[in-house]
Amino acid sequence: MFDLDKWQEIFSTISKNKLRTFLTGFSVAWGIFMLIVLLGSGYGLENGVKREFEGDAVNYISINSGITSLPYQGMKAGRFLRFENDDKTLLGNIDDVDKSSSRNFVFNGQNLSYKNEYGSFDIFAITPEYYYVESLEISNGRYVNDYDLQHFRKVVVLGKVVKEALFKQMEPVGEFIKINGVPFMVVGWFDDPGGDRDVSRVYIPLTTAQRVFNMGNTIRNVCLMLDDPSTSASLQVLDKARGALSQKYKFNPDDPRALFVFNSIENFQQFIDLFAGIRVFIWIIGIGTIIAGIVGVSNIMMIVVKERTKEIGIRKSMGATPWSVVSLILQESVLITAVAGYIGLVLGVGLLELVASFLPATDYFANPEVDFKIALGATAILIMAGAIAGFVPARRAAAIKPVDALRDE
Amino acid sequence: MCIGIITDSRQKSINEFFTTKSMSIIRLKDINKTYVTGANRLHVLKGIDLDIEAGEMVSIMGSSGSGKSTLLNVIGLLDNHDSGSYFLDNHEIKNLNETKAAQYRNSLIGFVFQSFNLISFKNALENVAMPLYYQKVSRKKRNVIAMEYLDRMGLREWADHNPNALSGGQKQRIAIARALVAKPKVILADEPTGALDSQTSHEVMDIFKEINQSGITILIVTHENDIAHRTSRIIRLNDGIIASNVTNGKLHAQPQIQIA
Repeated sequence: MFDLDKWQEIFSTISKNKLRTFLTGFSVAWGIFMLIVLLGSGYGLENGVKREFEGDAVNYISINSGITSLPYQGMKAGRFLRFENDDKTLLGNIDDVDKSSSRNFVFNGQNLSYKNEYGSFDIFAITPEYYYVESLEISNGRYVNDYDLQHFRKVVVLGKVVKEALFKQMEPVGEFIKINGVPFMVVGWFDDPGGDRDVSRVYIPLTTAQRVFNMGNTIRNVCLMLDDPSTSASLQVLDKARGALSQKYKFNPDDPRALFVFNSIENFQQFIDLFAGIRVFIWIIGIGTIIAGIVGVSNIMMIVVKERTKEIGIRKSMGATPWSVVSLILQESVLITAVAGYIGLVLGVGLLELVASFLPATDYFANPEVDFKIALGATAILIMAGAIAGFVPARRAAAIKPVDALRDE
Repeated sequence: MCIGIITDSRQKSINEFFTTKSMSIIRLKDINKTYVTGANRLHVLKGIDLDIEAGEMVSIMGSSGSGKSTLLNVIGLLDNHDSGSYFLDNHEIKNLNETKAAQYRNSLIGFVFQSFNLISFKNALENVAMPLYYQKVSRKKRNVIAMEYLDRMGLREWADHNPNALSGGQKQRIAIARALVAKPKVILADEPTGALDSQTSHEVMDIFKEINQSGITILIVTHENDIAHRTSRIIRLNDGIIASNVTNGKLHAQPQIQIA
């Protein structure tokens, strides 16, 4: 198939028709360049938003107790609901639930102090499973464990901001801080890629908090972690949880304010859907641009063939077979398209790299990039388009009788 | 009775036509060609019978519209005929596909055109070498051969010039070199001197004469008498039929006899 003479023929034709070659190539290079830049920007947007999700698990449902807004079974509206410790087990037994955790807040004061350093931070009283909800990175020491809960140990895990406020550069593990005047031992500290809000808090064992800060056996929140992170499964679990709780606490299951629910699965799915939509949109624009490129190529190839009709006639008079005429024009158009497509690809990727290295990653735009397979695929489409665009007119030219081709001026 | 004789002799000639392997390189029998453009039908060739032997140098004359160029195109396989039979070098030309026609054109026929028909973006050497490219001769070898033919035309030092930098005579000599390079059996020239001054025309005719002497059959379409008179046979076409078919020497002899 590789015919050196034919390539030399093509190269000499191309080098003697530089402007035409450039014009053909330009529309192709432009098409692929636009596609790459669009796709890259789309990924940049997606990466930026996905970064926002990195701080938290994306397969949990958080249920907070609220205030009833509908009367139910003879009880009037406006009741405060209080979850209890065994709700963690109750909801944890629902099908598809992998882990459950419970949480409460210490509200009165929130004063933390170490020697002469003071600060006011959120105090989360939790069970150990809560670790998986926040996807923390323990920098040193450990997290709250079951043993802490069983023995009501006064231990505390600090967020990075809290650690820096109270201890500066010092290593806090093993030191004692006071929470509302009660001494707790620091057993670890952590960082979280999700942002400052997630590291401006401390965690203490739930049982300790209930005993030390007089909370009885109440909790405010149960988080359920699911095996199967699909939206429909999460909605089913939520339904069952709502049913069980409404039975136990006697509220109308349709009451919108009795429970405050955050479904991270559904929430995440919405973003996934959004980006799927954006990607479809980009492909539509990209394919539109490619079609513009195809039309450009086919237009120019049409002119090329028209312009070369006489030459084709001359070649035929010298014994050029129809196939040799077709393949000559075809190979020329494919060569131009391939080279131009590659140039467009390199320029597009180059621009994205430039943007990625000079533009700092913001909340909604980070690391614009393009899937190399997609880029190669798009180039292949363009080459094929170039071949098709060249093939139809070339075949027409090859089919004209040589006498007519020679007469063409 | 009379009709019977004609039929017999005609049958005989037809039999001869198909069975004997003659010296003829071009044999046309009752060739018809009609151009249809929309509602118009133009009957251009109306039953042409023609026999050209290998090594002849023949000119075809006629006024414009007489069908001489069409005849040349049919002979050169650039156009197809509607009916009649045509043998080129003992190959019957019938329902030829374009690929086969291209092979015949390449190996048997060399064309010389009035407007030269050189490829403008290729230099003289590349133009001459082109028929060899379609014979799949290697680049190196075909450039050597092409240079040889250019040299024979006295154009060695013009080998790397593009056609538009050359004079009409030079262009036609390149075209002739190109027609010769594939060693064809027939050269078909359509008004080869039509775009040249008389001095150059004569030079070109000298070249044709020389080529003819090497054994190649030459067919020249022309409307110039002095060009035609340098060939060995003159065929006159009028309205798509052969009006006269005279061997050149006899043309001069005949009036002498009449005078005597």
